[in-house]
Amino acid sequence: MLRHLLRRAAGFAVTFLLISVLVFCMMEIVPGDPASAMLGTSATPETLAALRAQMGLDAPAAIRYLRWLGGLATGDMGVSFTYGVPVGGLIRERLAVTLPLTGLAVLLAVGIALPLGVTAAARPGGVADGAATLYAQAGIAVPNFWIGLLLIMVVALGLGWLPAGGFPGWDQPAAALRALLLPALALAIPQSAVLTRVTRASVVEVMNEDFVRTARAKGASVSRALWRHAVPNALVPVITMLGLQISFLIGGAVLVENVFTLPGMGRLAWQALAQRDLIVIQNVVMVFATIVIVVNLGVDLLYTVVDPRLRRRA
Amino acid sequence: MLAIRNLSIAFPGPAGPARVVDDVSVAVGRGESLGIVGESGSGKSMLSLATIGLLPGSARTSGEILLDGKDILRLRERELCSLRGRRIGMIFQEPMTALNPAMTAGQQIAEGIRLHRTVGRSEARAEALRLLDRVRIPDPARRIDSYPHEMSGGQRQRVGIAIALALKPDLLIADEPTTALDVTVQKEILDILDELVADLGLSLILISHDLGVIARSTDRTLVMCRGRAVEEGPTETVLRHPSAQYTRDLIAALPRRARAGLGDEARHAAGGAR
Amino acid sequence: MTALAKVSGASFRLRRPGRAALLVGGILTAVLVGVALLSLVWTPEDPARMRILQKLKGPLVSGLLGTDHLGRDVASMLMRGAFNSLTTAFAAVGLGAVLGTLAGVAAAARAGFDAVLMRICDALFALPPILSAIMLGALLGPGALTAIVAIGVFMIPVFARVTRGAAMQIWARDYIMAARMAGKGTARITLEHVLPNIAGQVIVQVTIQLAMAILTEAGLSFLGLGLPPPAPTWGRMLAESQTYMLQAPHLALAPGLAIAAAVLGLNLLGDGLAARLDPRRRQAS
Repeated sequence: MLRHLLRRAAGFAVTFLLISVLVFCMMEIVPGDPASAMLGTSATPETLAALRAQMGLDAPAAIRYLRWLGGLATGDMGVSFTYGVPVGGLIRERLAVTLPLTGLAVLLAVGIALPLGVTAAARPGGVADGAATLYAQAGIAVPNFWIGLLLIMVVALGLGWLPAGGFPGWDQPAAALRALLLPALALAIPQSAVLTRVTRASVVEVMNEDFVRTARAKGASVSRALWRHAVPNALVPVITMLGLQISFLIGGAVLVENVFTLPGMGRLAWQALAQRDLIVIQNVVMVFATIVIVVNLGVDLLYTVVDPRLRRRA
Repeated sequence: MLAIRNLSIAFPGPAGPARVVDDVSVAVGRGESLGIVGESGSGKSMLSLATIGLLPGSARTSGEILLDGKDILRLRERELCSLRGRRIGMIFQEPMTALNPAMTAGQQIAEGIRLHRTVGRSEARAEALRLLDRVRIPDPARRIDSYPHEMSGGQRQRVGIAIALALKPDLLIADEPTTALDVTVQKEILDILDELVADLGLSLILISHDLGVIARSTDRTLVMCRGRAVEEGPTETVLRHPSAQYTRDLIAALPRRARAGLGDEARHAAGGAR
Repeated sequence: MTALAKVSGASFRLRRPGRAALLVGGILTAVLVGVALLSLVWTPEDPARMRILQKLKGPLVSGLLGTDHLGRDVASMLMRGAFNSLTTAFAAVGLGAVLGTLAGVAAAARAGFDAVLMRICDALFALPPILSAIMLGALLGPGALTAIVAIGVFMIPVFARVTRGAAMQIWARDYIMAARMAGKGTARITLEHVLPNIAGQVIVQVTIQLAMAILTEAGLSFLGLGLPPPAPTWGRMLAESQTYMLQAPHLALAPGLAIAAAVLGLNLLGDGLAARLDPRRRQAS
């Protein structure tokens, strides 16, 4: 068990290093560097060179790469020239929006998909199954940012139930949650469609297993056999899909944050591109990629919680 | 106690309904054991599923299955749930797949107890431990917290027996309980089964394609072929003086040594029951 | 218990969902491709022509689907947008399918490649296309190339995983052993036996990934990372509709529905094809 985890962690470390090299190299070949972007076109070669030396940009690429890795570890990622503040603090501040947003979206997606998928699987070919299939097909096809637009049109502007955008900050927790609800729903609907499909297929398969019949022969009702016996054994594919979706959730967060003008990581990255704030882009991308990797490590842990057969696998 | 009358089971198929059980009648008295023998696909498994009310939803039935006068085919789902496990227990063929891989042996035995009796978690666990001991699982205090994948086939089938007998039902249905096991383990499982059936005074329906198993453990035998009952009577008579050609074919298909043993065992079993 | 399995299996097989999906998906996709091609030779109006006096007109008031804030004809923009969306999606999926299939087949053929290639795939998969596009946008500026590379690179691991798994199953077959005995090399076996046998699964994956690519392309152009103006894209139409949400809701509805119909069609087509071409799903259904 421990060896298995250590091996997975080592694999993820390799993935992390690969991505960091990729990101670093890409930002290396981008024309211009942070110093010239900061000073603009009117700078003299002397001031440019001085600023470069001050920012450590005159060192060889390998040294700068290692410094950057070290900075990522300590949170010291340099200074954003558009905001004039340390990138580390900026990212922490923005993560406080993006992480709750995606977390809420995952909760909503699972909250929609699990009951829908399991109900559909209880009677394959039944009415609920038809409705779930329809929801799944339609939900996968609609872009999350368009759902966001529709939610703003109908729920925020039309009905006036929830704010259409903006974020009041966490010192007002209730208002902050209200601000995150619609964007999280926009993110969650397409994800829940995919999850519904996987849940249904997985539960249908498990319901045909012998042990479900054993449970029924003990006197368990259909719903008990479904939820207590079939669902726990059907979760592995569902969790796998959740792990795969984290990439899409983060891409979706960039879009949805822009629709709802939420001050999160995605909006930060997008604004940084418009300002050519390369330090911010480089670090935001790396933090996002790290989140994807860490979530995947977490998914590996979840497998062993859900399926006792995997606990002993060395 | 159990009386099956003119039972027919059919499934809708591409070429009209397909009958898997055709007009079968048989009875099992209290404490009596009935063997059902036939090739795979002869309808014997469907018959047993019908008795516990677990036929697939697409099945169409006619006739009646009376348990102490109540027709199981006409019971509501809620009544069936209270019947299953409490009055009828069932043991399945595949010990590999018949247990929930995500629950410990103890949890699976205790589940049935807690479904039918208002007992606490710890009390149900203590009962599960006693049952594991009764089915002669080595080191039950450790095995109670084992998951199925940590046990051998024979141990899993013992857990299966413990689940089926947890509430001391009146009727036990065992559907090919030893088919998937090694020969040496088969005998142990049958010994445990025979002993418990005798101790608890259960009625038993034992389904098998193995005439040796039927001969050693049952009082009466029903021979089925393609959904029909071809012969029924005391096990000894059916096996030693078969009246139907199909039964003769079944016996003739056995290796000679097994056939010789059959007579002995049949005599032995019949003698022991009297 | 074999009887039970047979019977319940049969009742499932009676309704074949694959056929309806294939039909509906095929029709939707054919309409999408047809409209995209038609837009090259004919649209009701020039999609780039602005008529300020005609701005923000509702559907059927001016043109079939009304006009946008610059008086451009929405129906014409949608048609040309279909072409722009499809070409970007095709190029991106082409890139991902070719490189990904090569990587997957190579990984299946040589254990030595396997570990390295799959690690690289893991790394690429951790970079959502929108983030790659933001990095590429800094490098290349927004445009078709940025969108194509960002989406295509993300699809390399998707295709690599599918083809690797499928190819490994083929390598385990007896006739591969026979081909080995006959002295055929790894490359030749891959070309003659593996690729033809996994082609069906690659086609299914291409269809499904086209749908994903259309969704992603719409997102990129929504953020201004896709084709630059004046080329109409569904994503930018949606971005521009935000300002006029209450005055002209049709501007937000039409492109969204177009995206949904296109993605739905390709997904259904993929499902239908999978039921026919993909041996794994054929067993499962």
